[in-house]
Amino acid sequence: MSFLPNIVGFACQWCTYAGADLAGNLRAKYPPSIKLIKVPCSGRVEPEHVMEAFAKGADGVMIGGCHFGDCHYKTGNYKTANRMKILAKLLEDSGFDARRFRLEWISGAEGYRFAEVVEEFTKELQQLGPNPLKGGE
Amino acid sequence: MAKVGVYVCHCGSNIAGVIDVAAVRDFAATLPDVVIARKDLFMCSDSGQEMVKQDVRDGLVDRVVVAACTPRTHEPIFRAAVEKAGLNKYLFEMANIRDQASWVHGHDHEGATEKAKLVVASAVGKARNLEPLEDKFVPVTDAALVIGGGIGGISAALELANMGHKTYLVEKRPSIGGVMAQLDKTFPTNDCSACILTPMMVEAFNHPNIETLTYSEVDDVEGYIGNFKVKVRRKQTYVDWNKCTGCGDCASKCPSKTPDEFNAGLSDRRAAYIMFPQAVPKKAVIDLDHCINCAGREIGTAPKINQKTGKPILAPCERACPAEAIDRSLVHDPQGAIKEIEVGSIVVATGYQVMEKDWFKEMAPASPNVVTALQLERIISATGPTEGKLLRPSDREKPHTITFVSCMGSRDEHFHSYCSRFCCMYMIKQARLIKEKYPDMVINMHFIDVRAAGKGYDEYYTGARKMGINFFKGKVGGLEMLPGDKLRVLAYDMESATSIDYASDLVVLATAVELPQDAVSLAQKLGLQFCGSNFFRELHPKLGPVETATEGLFLAGCCQGPKDIPDTVSQAKGAAAAAAVPLAQGRVKIEPIISEVRAEVCSGCGICAPLCPYHAISMKRAGEERPRAVIEMSACKGCGVCTSACPSGAIVLHGYEETQIFAQIEALTA
Repeated sequence: MSFLPNIVGFACQWCTYAGADLAGNLRAKYPPSIKLIKVPCSGRVEPEHVMEAFAKGADGVMIGGCHFGDCHYKTGNYKTANRMKILAKLLEDSGFDARRFRLEWISGAEGYRFAEVVEEFTKELQQLGPNPLKGGE
Repeated sequence: MAKVGVYVCHCGSNIAGVIDVAAVRDFAATLPDVVIARKDLFMCSDSGQEMVKQDVRDGLVDRVVVAACTPRTHEPIFRAAVEKAGLNKYLFEMANIRDQASWVHGHDHEGATEKAKLVVASAVGKARNLEPLEDKFVPVTDAALVIGGGIGGISAALELANMGHKTYLVEKRPSIGGVMAQLDKTFPTNDCSACILTPMMVEAFNHPNIETLTYSEVDDVEGYIGNFKVKVRRKQTYVDWNKCTGCGDCASKCPSKTPDEFNAGLSDRRAAYIMFPQAVPKKAVIDLDHCINCAGREIGTAPKINQKTGKPILAPCERACPAEAIDRSLVHDPQGAIKEIEVGSIVVATGYQVMEKDWFKEMAPASPNVVTALQLERIISATGPTEGKLLRPSDREKPHTITFVSCMGSRDEHFHSYCSRFCCMYMIKQARLIKEKYPDMVINMHFIDVRAAGKGYDEYYTGARKMGINFFKGKVGGLEMLPGDKLRVLAYDMESATSIDYASDLVVLATAVELPQDAVSLAQKLGLQFCGSNFFRELHPKLGPVETATEGLFLAGCCQGPKDIPDTVSQAKGAAAAAAVPLAQGRVKIEPIISEVRAEVCSGCGICAPLCPYHAISMKRAGEERPRAVIEMSACKGCGVCTSACPSGAIVLHGYEETQIFAQIEALTA
């Protein structure tokens, strides 16, 4: 059996966190790989948070926010998108596989989609194997 | 050092059926700073809460973590409990091990238990770093805004006004009344729609506490519960409503025709028009998109002078108006005027539209004798294009066979998967009204199912069967246009397991209920979210049916999901009651989950200020020092965008502080 990746998820409380709750209500099944940290807005997530999670050995990191136009704070998700685009590039440039890092827009109504995204991300990480930084200094 | 208490909930078997609760508790006991770890069958029950309170009162714990369901529903309950026991309620944290663990990992008990341990560790990590916070209170503007002047909006406005609150009722069309004003009669009592609605329209319009703003739209909303600042755009009517008496002379003289929205496009109205005879307010509007500028009289230009008489040549509408309410030489701002209002709460009751028949290519939409149910409603209405006579559109002849088709675009994965809920009943109503008047007419109704689940509804349906109306269970596959303006109906009857093929004179499509396009931009202005069916999303499908994720913003009627008139009125009254709560309290609580600048760390770079979606950050200079960012507390909504952007780490988002998030990351990657 392949390993179960450890995914640190940052989820905005209005959309993706609510979508994850809805997945529960719907009893949608997905692997117990992801653990969510609730944030008010995906715009609260700093690149440092993502880097810290990878440095500490997380196999994957996912940031979940509202769809464009749906942000509870009007434009927070646009800022996230801009910030994280740069971060993904930096990760890639420094030789770290940016496929381990995902930015997903999942609404509070998309319970099944949340489950599908986690399932799919988990499979991808299983193919990529454990985070090479794991256990490093 | 913090003294953290961890309380793991079984939630009956909801959590314990999957997760080894005792193992999670034992693991929690090993975490740093955890002094107590307990479990209970239902932590939210009185005894569960009491267990927490007792530990707080005994001074055993000063931080509380409950591992149970989602904080989105239960955090307020536990916060209130710890507060009652004497602990600052912001020293509480929840670990979501039900909605995001046991319910979704039922196939992997061991994996779910391991995940639950990490989620609890994450919550404990955050709890150790929590700081006490104080709620802030701000005064409330004692006024409400109701958006949408249909039966839902009118009901909500009347309820609020009768409770003594100043209420603004905003309607985008020239008159209030909504779709209900277009209906002939209403099920299951066959009450005349106008007879029960128009008195309410008049009552609302004349109510001393209600200010009705028709032909107006919400342009912008700022602020928060208790203190919303709303810009309402009063669209340009080109008619002086202070003078207009609603006589309709301008409309009778106006030569320009365009399809009449009120008659669902079955007849024409003029460019100068009054929406319908019972309109409230009964005022004329000139629709400039269809105005042809008679006599070269463009709005805002001086009239030409008749060379012979020396008198100005006026446009027909101007000449017709006995009240001199139309003066085309006046310069009007096409954007209308902005009215700024301040309110404490908002009820959204913007209603719905029905799908047009053109979506359904297999249903011969090109035939004038294929109509939507709303169009039939106008045909059988005394105020409609045929003055209530049942005449088919193509030749204005009485039909002999009428076909009703249900679920057009509803319960159909190509369009909308949901049930539009009230189509079955209004189709039965229409069929009954027709059958009562013309007993010889053949009425064939094709349903997937007949849904008649309301008070008196099934009796109404059974009555229809007894009247000789034919009901077929099964879908209509398609329609074909036949000579003589007839339509060939190709259907299937599941009860006799045979296909049906017959000619019909008039086919009525019960098209699906959906949100109008402009609801999307309104949602963005208000900060509303959509549900999976693309209606506005309520806070909780069961326990928060009128509330939304934005405090002070409430929903009523079909904008939240399809519902009939009784349900709309019930929800509107519920929304009004909920909207009145902050107004009655006189002050509202502002959660202290907002950002604050540590001035001594701020370098004054100003990166944060333009990022704030609420313009809450300004750069202020004290004396000769560098400028520093200052956040206006009442404008901040706590998104944390500035906190993340600050290169100096000078901005703290209370409740989501840097130390707290890093502690969670550390716990999850341990």
